Amino acid sequence: MKKLILYITLIIGSLAFIYPFYWMVTASLVPENEIESLTLLPHSISFNSYIQMFEKIPIGRAFFNSIFVATMVTGGVLVFCSMVGYALSRLRFVGRNLIFYIIIFTMTLPFQITLIPNYIIMVKLGWTDTFLALIVPYLINAFAIIMFRQVFQTIPQDLIDAARIDGCSELRIIFQILWPNIIPSLVTVGIITFMATWNEVLWPLIVIRDENLMTMPQLVTLFAVGGRAESQLGVKLASATILALPIVIAYLFFQKYFIQSMASAGMKE
Amino acid sequence: MKNNKLLPYLLVSPYLIHLMVFVAFPVIFSIYLTFNKWNIISPMEFIGFGNFLRVFQDALFFKALYNTLKFLIVHIPLQIIVALLLAEILNQKIKFRPFFRAAFFLPVVVSGVVVSMLWQQLYGFDTGILNRMLSTLGFGKVGWLVDPNMAMVSIAVMATWKNVGLYVILFLVGLQTVPPQYYEAADLEGANHWQKFWHITLPMINPTIFMVVILSTIGGFSLFIEPYIMTGGGPLNSTLSAVLYIYKQAFTNYHMGYSATLGFFFAFIILLVVVVQKRFIEKGES
Repeated sequence: MKKLILYITLIIGSLAFIYPFYWMVTASLVPENEIESLTLLPHSISFNSYIQMFEKIPIGRAFFNSIFVATMVTGGVLVFCSMVGYALSRLRFVGRNLIFYIIIFTMTLPFQITLIPNYIIMVKLGWTDTFLALIVPYLINAFAIIMFRQVFQTIPQDLIDAARIDGCSELRIIFQILWPNIIPSLVTVGIITFMATWNEVLWPLIVIRDENLMTMPQLVTLFAVGGRAESQLGVKLASATILALPIVIAYLFFQKYFIQSMASAGMKE
Repeated sequence: MKNNKLLPYLLVSPYLIHLMVFVAFPVIFSIYLTFNKWNIISPMEFIGFGNFLRVFQDALFFKALYNTLKFLIVHIPLQIIVALLLAEILNQKIKFRPFFRAAFFLPVVVSGVVVSMLWQQLYGFDTGILNRMLSTLGFGKVGWLVDPNMAMVSIAVMATWKNVGLYVILFLVGLQTVPPQYYEAADLEGANHWQKFWHITLPMINPTIFMVVILSTIGGFSLFIEPYIMTGGGPLNSTLSAVLYIYKQAFTNYHMGYSATLGFFFAFIILLVVVVQKRFIEKGES
């Protein structure tokens, strides 16, 4: 009896999380006039919303922009932050602790304070309406540095010494000797960075005005709040579905890693 | 040898450059901006403490603070209760646990843009599925997003729906750190379910609760895309959030100096609130 109540709660719970997405997908696949009465099964299927959406906004281009920006940021974060994390954990130099404390301190700094000045920097550098504005400010991430610093501390010194005796440069030590040993951390930082970049929308709204350079969330947002959807619900929901699709597919395949990564990131903060 | 001395600094140089350009300079520049009036195009105009005085007389600034407070009052307890309940159940011997866990987590990975657009429809007054359900059950319609008293609450509920899966996982990790001997000992003493939860589980997962409170608070002050898409800050500015207000002052009115001042004040309030929460919870622990 008690078990039954537990299962009923869980099933209602999971329906509450899944059903809205189901409704969104089906609503994007029915004719416009059917959306308002749609609950479970559609009466007829129509791809009209998708056809119209592809005509109205350059969503395909935005998809590739998103892929490009998120890949560049993720790659940059993995490379630069593991370099910094390595230096902070395995090399001795004046100012090392100071830098570490500064990183911890800046992590607590709310972004609200740097938002407007950072926009002005982009204007002064002439980076508005370029991918540079979407990529460069995100190449360094305090969380990733802390993460790499911690994991590099667990690597035996012998491994590094042996590589040095073989004449490896420090960069080769980081990327060829140590990286293969810290793959779980690379996956964690990679997933979190990619997902955060993929879903970022406030900063793109501020620095990008050229539609050809927009990433998917920004394009879909402006489509949703602007007049171009001509208050057709189906078309908006089709764009929302397309926006959700890539990350949901990735999630279905790498579910375990997504959950573990986000959980360990939450713990760190 | 000289090379070796320089090397660590070369390795940390990406961080140092980033720190200078995107953190240190912006913070200093934002302090400078707070003393100026500037629309980006014409030259800056020094106005002393003008922006500060304006903040204290700005009804919308206080409205945004009030809205954030309202959001947090609904969001934080709801989030903790739902997450704890689901985590408690998942911590029992349950079949299909990975499925349920994955279902709860789904909204966490999806963009806030999608969630906002979707819930805007669910909350629709005439044809939204929630009001249709209420009508079928014989209740009246609720003005989820059109009633100024209700709109922020609706957004808080939606934000809970989006984030709670992450906290289910965090609580689950917390619950699994409780040594089973504690419960066994309590069983011998004849403790009931509630007593065990209240005296063993809750103190053990206090750090997780603290984390949820802090992350939710920061989240509340960072609320932007939800009101931007769903309500534009309305009705009657009842969903105007801190970041949405900064954004509007900067990019609708082009008041760069004033919006930097707002950013400064909100950041200060966030830090203050988090420090107070930390004190409060640490006192509760000792």
